[in-house]
Amino acid sequence: MSITIAGMTKHFGQTEVLRGIDLGIEKGELVSLLGPSGSGKTTLLKIIAGLEWPDSGRLAVDGRDWLGLAAQDRRIGFVFQHYALFPHMTVRDNIAFGLTVRPRAERPGNAIIAARVDELLRFLQIAHLAGRFPAQLSGGQRQRVALGRALAIEPKVLLLDEPFGALDAAIRRDLRRWLRGVHDETGSTTIFVTHDQEEAFELADRVVVMGEGRIEQIGHADVIHDHPATPFVARFMGATVELPVTLQAGRAEGAGLDLAALPRRALPDGPARLFARPGDILPIPDVSGPWTVVTRASTGAELRLVLTHPAVGEAAADVPRRTPGSAGLVPGTPVRLLLEAGTIFPAARVTPIAANPTHDLDRKEARP
Amino acid sequence: MTATATHLPGRSRRAERTLIGVAVSLSLLFVAAPLAYIFVRAFSQGWQVYAANILHPMTLHAIWLTTITAIVVVPVNVAFGIAAAWAVAKHRFPGRGILVTMIEIPFSISPIIAGICYLLLYGRQGLLGPWLRAQDIQVMFALPGIILVTMFVTAPFVAREVLPLMQAQGTEQEQAAVTLGASGWQVFRRVTLPNIKWALLYGAVLCTARAVGEFGGVSVVSGNIRGQTNTLPLHVELLFNDLNAVGAFAAASTLTLIALVALVVKAALEGKRG
Ligand SMILES: Nc1ncnc2c1ncn2[C@@H]1O[C@H](COP(=O)(O)OP(=O)(O)O)[C@@H](O)[C@H]1O
Ligand SMILES: [Mg+2]
Repeated sequence: MSITIAGMTKHFGQTEVLRGIDLGIEKGELVSLLGPSGSGKTTLLKIIAGLEWPDSGRLAVDGRDWLGLAAQDRRIGFVFQHYALFPHMTVRDNIAFGLTVRPRAERPGNAIIAARVDELLRFLQIAHLAGRFPAQLSGGQRQRVALGRALAIEPKVLLLDEPFGALDAAIRRDLRRWLRGVHDETGSTTIFVTHDQEEAFELADRVVVMGEGRIEQIGHADVIHDHPATPFVARFMGATVELPVTLQAGRAEGAGLDLAALPRRALPDGPARLFARPGDILPIPDVSGPWTVVTRASTGAELRLVLTHPAVGEAAADVPRRTPGSAGLVPGTPVRLLLEAGTIFPAARVTPIAANPTHDLDRKEARP
Repeated sequence: MTATATHLPGRSRRAERTLIGVAVSLSLLFVAAPLAYIFVRAFSQGWQVYAANILHPMTLHAIWLTTITAIVVVPVNVAFGIAAAWAVAKHRFPGRGILVTMIEIPFSISPIIAGICYLLLYGRQGLLGPWLRAQDIQVMFALPGIILVTMFVTAPFVAREVLPLMQAQGTEQEQAAVTLGASGWQVFRRVTLPNIKWALLYGAVLCTARAVGEFGGVSVVSGNIRGQTNTLPLHVELLFNDLNAVGAFAAASTLTLIALVALVVKAALEGKRG
């Protein structure tokens, strides 16, 4: 089913949680909502599910208005961040729940329900857990049960709220591939919330980046990675080094910076900001360079360098340890910086979002 | 305890023993001894006298009255407790804070004051007195008054047990049930209720024990009419004032027995309510 969201706003008390969301999702598509926590992802998902209502805006599914439809009647599969399994029911009863609560006229017979649950248990590879209670399951197993319970009602739309958030990295990777398989096989329209970029990009057809109640960018992984639409997306995508530059005829110049590798930007002349990933910055020893290496730490594969400039401040650079000449990058060495990639935004577009410390926290969390 | 013992072997061991000793002696002195004494006195003139005292029509009537009161009050308070806890824990609405406070009021008001308030409201000279008399409804000095005041006094027990549990569980399970197509009633019966059942039972046991033992409030509204409005606790006092100590203790022993049963059930539920 295709989902259309238009001009949607929502606030809780003083907090503006959604500030005008416009989003269209195609039938059968798998879309990731990516953003730091607090950006309104769960709220948007709950509105689609009918568990919250917006202050204004439109929600239509297959062209039909859904805001007037009760959650019970939307037939959505919702997987909660913390699973929300029913602790007093076995795995089998949890999965059967959606079928057993149907009105008598529509309710399948017990034998049909049992067969449907068996089929799901096999499909989700948890047949051996049928008789267990949620407390007796691992996180990954609970996740599968939660998905099985949602799939039992044969939803046309599947909504997953950070489904792998509480699991460790190896299991997450497995489940990701498995979830993609489930999506392809059921043919449902799926929206998947995460604050982990890797997860979002690997799994989704399209990624929707959200920040502070707004959609910052919609696109495919490579585009968002290479061409962030806003400083917020740039930072969220790991371009944490922010350098002042001056634009002249589309070319950027900066103190001690070698920016020849950057493409021209059709921006007005004047001051601008460059956002770059530490991995895209290569310090080159240069006796007349205005930057100085301050600290140097090795992770084995990479050298983590911190550099300083008397006027600009500090910048981080990650250099592969085996890069020729990297042995000379010891504290005290004067250098200039060669930028291999980066995005330039006009100075005025650097909004206070950039100064919000919660985003830094999330970014760290998002990169295990 | 072992940690402190290794730090200060001599002193803390002694302090520990002293504290335990004091606690045990005080419990024996103030709790166990009077309880045991009830049975000693009740049986002091033998089985037959004890049986005669229990089977005395007045005592039987008091037992019956107390039982009826509990049978009416406990289910009503279970329903009230669930409704109040549900409203407070799962919903946001204006006046929610006031409702939370209201639930607690009976705990902080002396039952005798509750009794007097009911008297002033429903009594002959009371606010609703004339209207009630016109309808030929007797509230005060009758069963309805006893039930009302007991209900008031025991109102918080169930809500207090269920509320923290409901709050801790939040609303996600209910939301999940709703997205799976469950109606409001199905959500309650199949998701909410099973999650709180032990706390509910625990609250109901506390509520029963209190309803059976309530004295102060009932004493005001019942009018202590012998053989008519005397509940078991009132009957015990009455016998005692009649200088029928053995009878009083025999009646008291039935109350004690109910309390002990409640205690055992409560202890059994303690582990389960989670
Ligand atoms: N029921 C609620 N009441 C009040 N504030 C809420 C409620 N739900 C969410 N919020 C607030 O809305 C903001 C967005 O929350 P949420 O949609 O959960 O974001 P995300 O899922 O992206 O982390 C947060 O600041 C959160 O505190
Ligand atoms: Mg969330």
